[in-house]
Amino acid sequence: MKMDNALDKLWKTLVWAFMVFFVLNVIAMIAVVAVNSFGTRWLGTWLPAGYTLRWYKSAWKEFQLSDVLLVTFQIAGAVVLLSALIGVPAAYAMARRNFPGKSLVMLLFLLPLLVPPITFGVPLATVLYKYGLAGTMSGVIIANLVPTVPFTVILMMPFVEQIDSRVEAAARVFGANTWQLFLHVLVPLLAPGILAASLLSMVRTVSMFELTFLTAGPSSQTLVVALYYSVFAAGVRAGQSIDAMAVIYMLSTLIWLVVALRFVNPTQIVGRAKKSRTA
Amino acid sequence: MADASSGTLSLRHRLAERGIDGVTLLIVPAALFVVLLFVYPFAYGFLLSFAPAKGGWLENYRRFFDDPYMYRTIWYTLRLAIPVTLLNIAISVPIAMQVRHLRRQKLLTTILVLPITLGTVLVAEGLLSYLGPQGWLNRALMLFGMIDRPIRLVHNYWGVFISLVITGFPFTFLLTLSMISGLDPALEQAAATLGARSRQRFAKIVLPLIVPGLAVTFCLAFVDAFSVFPSAVMLGAPAGETRVISLAASQAAFEQYDYSYASAIAMIMAVVQLCFVGLVLLARGLFYKGPLGGGKG
Repeated sequence: MKMDNALDKLWKTLVWAFMVFFVLNVIAMIAVVAVNSFGTRWLGTWLPAGYTLRWYKSAWKEFQLSDVLLVTFQIAGAVVLLSALIGVPAAYAMARRNFPGKSLVMLLFLLPLLVPPITFGVPLATVLYKYGLAGTMSGVIIANLVPTVPFTVILMMPFVEQIDSRVEAAARVFGANTWQLFLHVLVPLLAPGILAASLLSMVRTVSMFELTFLTAGPSSQTLVVALYYSVFAAGVRAGQSIDAMAVIYMLSTLIWLVVALRFVNPTQIVGRAKKSRTA
Repeated sequence: MADASSGTLSLRHRLAERGIDGVTLLIVPAALFVVLLFVYPFAYGFLLSFAPAKGGWLENYRRFFDDPYMYRTIWYTLRLAIPVTLLNIAISVPIAMQVRHLRRQKLLTTILVLPITLGTVLVAEGLLSYLGPQGWLNRALMLFGMIDRPIRLVHNYWGVFISLVITGFPFTFLLTLSMISGLDPALEQAAATLGARSRQRFAKIVLPLIVPGLAVTFCLAFVDAFSVFPSAVMLGAPAGETRVISLAASQAAFEQYDYSYASAIAMIMAVVQLCFVGLVLLARGLFYKGPLGGGKG
């Protein structure tokens, strides 16, 4: 009995030690990028010799970050707006109606989330090249909508289910048509959900490497793709300015995540697809 | 006239009774979108893969499986994806068992969701310096006297392996945590009242309840790891031991501009993933027979 208790304690300690080790590594991995971007010279020591801001200035110029950022947020903005416009009404109908073939439609929405982007990205890019859309901003927007539209539908469904359907019935009794119902009753009630879905679509699009990489041309690259290419120019560019760009990329992703986490639980970000699958 | 209108009315009525009305039609744009941009490209790629620039209809597949440089990519990718996924699941379960009792989970889960959010490109860029010969990890290991000289962790198999743990573990952990937190605590309490020790409670109560969910998690995590791309190029040896299949597909498309061949490789990738998922779900069916969302009380 005593032996068992000691073993239990040891096991618990081991598990926590691993968790702490993992979290420390994640933090260190992010910190090393940030520290390097501010460092002057960093060779063979724990920390750089001195600190400076000049890498940000040079990264901004060398990588034309103002253009890249503008493109990134134009693409992300369009993706967020379109996926909300297409996804929210579909989520409403999926949550409120039962119709034959509903599970098939559900599968249709789950597949783009379950199949990894690189697998469907290659044929998708091929089709977009065929229609002359690849290499343009609209091509990148379309490619990024493929996972975000179903994501919005699936994320919004439980938000719709939470709304008491008697509220809608009351609006109908007072003569609201579907359009008025949406605009005056549902959208205000769904606002937290729509905001969460939009923010997470934003994060997804800004950090989506594979689909953007496969469909973007030189003038439609987002920040994460530019970062990828810059790593291969490491011989030409200073490592610190690449890391300065990486820090700017992190900030442009994490801002939206921090805001989104006020509305959703982190487990929901990965958990949603699975839950609705087993349900 | 009256007949016709009552006819359409009754059709409308009959459709509404089956759940199809104006509201249901709101699904059409989204469903059409997915069909046009997900199902159609897949079908198009499938057909295109059987229409090579020259040779018979199976030429692309013959080319792939004749060339060791190409067909070995399947092995290189599996060699990364299977051990990583097994490891991630194996460490997720005990940690989730402990963390579920933690009251302030949100800080931990927020830190863990960071690598997923930042994406593989940034994780690879960070690990490139962190794991490098002068990086903090090698320095710390030398400081504690665990190694004499820096160990090589980048531009080889282990660099990619570690990056897949950094992005994959949070994913499997968060799924496992939400699964274990969803279990009815009364089941375990009952077992404890009857004298089951914590290891017995885990083996006899918790594990059987989460196995079906773990199988699905395993599939999702495997498919994710199997499609590893940027980190295999940035942190691995893309010409050698980490030449993964997604790299072969993107090279065929963007360096040789052979979309037919690239589509064939993408289809091979999808088939391998599908086979693996099928095997896992089949194995689950052998061990577990019961409702899927079991254990919710």
